Amino acid sequence: MNLVTQERRKERLDRGIKVRTEGIYAVSSWQEVSYLVLPRLILIVGLLLLPFLMPSLYWNRVISIVGIYALLALGFDFLAHYVGLVSLGGSLFIGVGGYIAAILNKSFGLSPLFTIPIATLSGAIICTLLLLPALPLRGVYFAIVTLMYPLVLFRIIEALNILGGTDGILGVASFPNTWVEQYLILSIIILALFGLRRLVNEDIGLVFRGVKDNDQAVRASGLSITLYKAIAVFITSALGCLGGAYFVHIYMVAGISLFALDYSVIPIAATVIGGGGTLVGPLLGCFILVPISELLRAFGTLRIVFYSVILLAFIMFRSEGIMVYAQRKYHQFERWVKV
Amino acid sequence: MSGENILQVTDVSKTFGGVQALLKVSFSVQQGEVFGIIGPNGSGKTTLINCITGFIKMNSGKVLYKDKDISNMAPNQIANLGLTRTFQIMRPYYSLPAYKNLIVPLFSPRARKKGGWRGGGKLGDRGTVSIDILEEIGFERDSFVPYKLASSLPTGYLKRLELARCLALGPDLILCDEVFSGLSMSEIASMVPLIEKLQMDGITLVMIEHRLRELFRVASRVMVLNFGEKLTEGIPEVVMADERVKEAYLGSEKLLDYTFEA
Amino acid sequence: MDILIYGIINSFSLALMAIGFTLVYGISRIPNFAHGALYVITGFLVWSLIHLLKLNYVVSIILALVIMGLVGAAIYRFVLIRVRGMATSEIIATYALGLAVLEFLRWGGFKGMTYTLPVFIEGSIVIGNIPVDLQRVIVIAIGIVVVTFMWLFTHFNKIGLALRGMAQDEHAAMMLGIDSDRMAVIAMAMGSMLAGIAAITLLPLGNIVVEAGYNVLILSIAVCIVGGLGSWVGAILAAFMIGFLQIITVAYIQSHFHMVVALLVIIATLILKPSGLFGRQKELEERV
Repeated sequence: MNLVTQERRKERLDRGIKVRTEGIYAVSSWQEVSYLVLPRLILIVGLLLLPFLMPSLYWNRVISIVGIYALLALGFDFLAHYVGLVSLGGSLFIGVGGYIAAILNKSFGLSPLFTIPIATLSGAIICTLLLLPALPLRGVYFAIVTLMYPLVLFRIIEALNILGGTDGILGVASFPNTWVEQYLILSIIILALFGLRRLVNEDIGLVFRGVKDNDQAVRASGLSITLYKAIAVFITSALGCLGGAYFVHIYMVAGISLFALDYSVIPIAATVIGGGGTLVGPLLGCFILVPISELLRAFGTLRIVFYSVILLAFIMFRSEGIMVYAQRKYHQFERWVKV
Repeated sequence: MSGENILQVTDVSKTFGGVQALLKVSFSVQQGEVFGIIGPNGSGKTTLINCITGFIKMNSGKVLYKDKDISNMAPNQIANLGLTRTFQIMRPYYSLPAYKNLIVPLFSPRARKKGGWRGGGKLGDRGTVSIDILEEIGFERDSFVPYKLASSLPTGYLKRLELARCLALGPDLILCDEVFSGLSMSEIASMVPLIEKLQMDGITLVMIEHRLRELFRVASRVMVLNFGEKLTEGIPEVVMADERVKEAYLGSEKLLDYTFEA
Repeated sequence: MDILIYGIINSFSLALMAIGFTLVYGISRIPNFAHGALYVITGFLVWSLIHLLKLNYVVSIILALVIMGLVGAAIYRFVLIRVRGMATSEIIATYALGLAVLEFLRWGGFKGMTYTLPVFIEGSIVIGNIPVDLQRVIVIAIGIVVVTFMWLFTHFNKIGLALRGMAQDEHAAMMLGIDSDRMAVIAMAMGSMLAGIAAITLLPLGNIVVEAGYNVLILSIAVCIVGGLGSWVGAILAAFMIGFLQIITVAYIQSHFHMVVALLVIIATLILKPSGLFGRQKELEERV
């Protein structure tokens, strides 16, 4: 029996409206404008409304924590997908920022209004200096060094019993009220997100991407890759240290738990699940993972097993991530075409 | 303008493990000339460029550029002094449009310093400047070639893009690593006037090449490398008449005599 | 004098730990961040075989090593092969795996003092009027055996030579018909078994703790970076350097600092000579 088989293949095309919104035509009608603006508007409005929608104190706290992790995840995504450096130790930033803020608060009596900015900047400088030796070298060295610093700093503090040792620094001031706590971090996240988005599309963003894709050409073009990697690391560590400073003011204590593995693993997991390279994906990933993490607190270190396994599964099978998939669906459509 | 040595390479040697890639190679290039480096495959030509431009550390030797010792400088520092190079295995930013490829070199300290139309001034102008550079180098502005993704451009355009990347730095010397290779006859025919134009603009060119006929149309002097050592140097006609050069490229005829005698 | 003896013992310990890591990295360019996890799992595996299945010590060791080899092969075959070539994902994958295993063991109740492995031979001997446990002497002996075996294997055995070929130039090896994936599986299996051998030899000296997993990882990485990533000779020399540095630090400064030494040594190497003692820069892209 002769079967006539027809071969088909799947074809992906940009949606009509996407093409219509390129360049100046984006403002030609409400339809086009909303296509571009609506997702971002929903994001901003959604984030800002969140504290109102979740009235209980428990969930307010969770929102703040999500915010801190989001800062770390944004930094990780930026470094990994736009500059090519994999940071396995987000807890380094949290720890440095947290301890600096705690010391500024307890020993110098500065209020959170001052400790957070100072901790952010000084922490970023310290972290960049610590990571500097690994920057001129291949990416794997950066990963190794970021992995090691939290583990070793943890042991140093524990062993030498400095900075409060295993008990930590207690009695750090907290925020005036929970609304300030939440809105401040939500605004910072929105600023950071859109700021980074802008940055990677500027000329300097192209330099970063060049460092990731083609660093020999960047060197031949007269730019020092160490310098630009350092700038990128500075930005990421600033975000992380800000998160750390925020953290100690929320929980009013700074201890070696700041160097916990949670802060290293969750940003990575959030980025991979949420969609690497999109900068919004990690945010989404945090909103998914962190509430689950807080619920799992009772299970001790099993949480970390949980995220690691999910991370592993996603990296192996669905490394695209949710946002990348969503963006693709939004911008393109698929159809079967006869060959 | 011409006459002074813009580049002076003295006794450069480089070993990779057990392989002597370069052995005491010395030459000098005068400002404004087109200097060719030729030799059979594996003679160390690309290694020489890598050593001069700082991508590889040489074991010994000295490189003077405009009387400044650049022997141990980093590649980006050397590029900022005006000594630029192209890559034999091309390295454009494939995911970006052609004109955006030039934004990175326009970001360099040298390009920003030079000011004027090359410098670009504030952010945003760099796009315009890069389109201008591309037009200068032969990308037709009207057919939107500069806006095409680098991954969709044919080899001829990519080679020009490499040169454009060097031009964006406002260089005084360009080291071209096999710009004629991989091109069709018509593409080469349009490249040669480009090289001549660059020379007329006052840029010194050092060209590593295999396509000797085209090279000899533009080069005033050539140097021959064989197994990492400099064989000879001089004007093309004299060099090509040299027996040793023919031997290096084609092998020697003497072996045949030996077999007959046996 | 005791510094000399303990230094040698420590150095061989480090060499045993690091050789598995450097093998895998040298062959397939994947930093196996699960190395520490494999070390600790071997310990628990042997303990479980002895105490839960009531098997003989020697049998348990052999069985555990075989299982670890299979585990290593499985890791490559099922996990790493999917992320091969994407440097970011490889790093994340081994990191996530190692973390998952170590933290699971930490949660799973294997805590503190209760879990130990018996030493191979009881008693001690006296070397130059310092009493040294026989187990520690065995560390040196096994260290020498393993290093010699690895040298012989990679110089005279067909598979070993293929592994060396892949380490030098993957593409050239593939052109000669060497299957890079199969070699990588073998490398991971051997790397896991070497981690297992290190665990079996070293764990009887103390307790089986999850912290050891992280320490082993950090120390192995330190040894490999100082020696030059991918160089086996360098790794051994580096093991001696760091081994003695650690013992001297413990003797003259404070004993807490012995891990800090590892970190400082890594940073110093990256600043002063990034390629380590014997690292080689192979291609232009490769800045060490």
